Amino acid sequence: MVKFTEKERSTIRAIWEKVNIDEVGPDALARVLIVYPWTERYFGTFGDIFTASAVLNNDKVRAHGKVVLKALDEAVKNVDNIKKTYAYLSRLHYEVFHVDPDNFRLLADCITIAIACKVKSALDPQVQATWKKFLSAVVDAMNSQYY
Amino acid sequence: MVEWSEQERTIITSIFASLDYEDIGPKALSRCLIVYPWTQRYFGAFGNLYNAEAIKTNPNIAAHGIKVLHGLDRAVKNMDNIKATYAELSVLHSEKLHVDPDNFKLLSDCLTIVIAAKMGSSFTPEIQATWQKFLAVVVSALGRQYH
Repeated sequence: MVKFTEKERSTIRAIWEKVNIDEVGPDALARVLIVYPWTERYFGTFGDIFTASAVLNNDKVRAHGKVVLKALDEAVKNVDNIKKTYAYLSRLHYEVFHVDPDNFRLLADCITIAIACKVKSALDPQVQATWKKFLSAVVDAMNSQYY
Repeated sequence: MVEWSEQERTIITSIFASLDYEDIGPKALSRCLIVYPWTQRYFGAFGNLYNAEAIKTNPNIAAHGIKVLHGLDRAVKNMDNIKATYAELSVLHSEKLHVDPDNFKLLSDCLTIVIAAKMGSSFTPEIQATWQKFLAVVVSALGRQYH
């Protein structure tokens, strides 16, 4: 099980406090769709997501970005139990959405970049290291029900 | 062979034109050593790398970071021929320095975060896509001579 020190917990909380879910969620998801275009295949019902400007103006992308970051909030609130917290989500993405689990890592990278753009120097190297440790635990948890 | 649109060339050259290599180079390399500590193994002769502060203030790391950025500058000036431009560097990293080529991706990720933190919201999803395309070509060229 992943162990977080007190310092790591407060680092994660401190960065998360700076994150506006309604802003960073849509930004991160838009980045995934634009930087890794094959991910568009998972959003067939979202309408036009085939150009960068379409993605950036798409209401469903915006809404879903917020949903994803709200789920990340659950992980922040349950750092000692991310695997259990995400078991349902993992099963859902595996059995219902058939999402290739490599994509969770891509989304994690885009979330980090979106946060870097927003908080800039607050994401210093040590903070980035802690944040990545947290996101790796999240990505692992999302992978956990895939067999 | 990699094709670059006019727009992509402009994006890459203007990002590099805005960079202070003496600032960004050290930041990217030290971030890599802090976020991915196993990479420190390649810098045994560089002196004190025992903690984040030591890494951030180590003059050998700073000098090497600047060198790396100047190396990237050569790729920017030879975007249609990155593979050939980097052939010698690839041989050097493979045969002399014995660097695991996975690490090129780690350094490129850290450089991306540094650029994102610098540019903030100007590091749009489309710019990120072009930037990552450029770095992917660089990383591939660096790994090319490994057998």
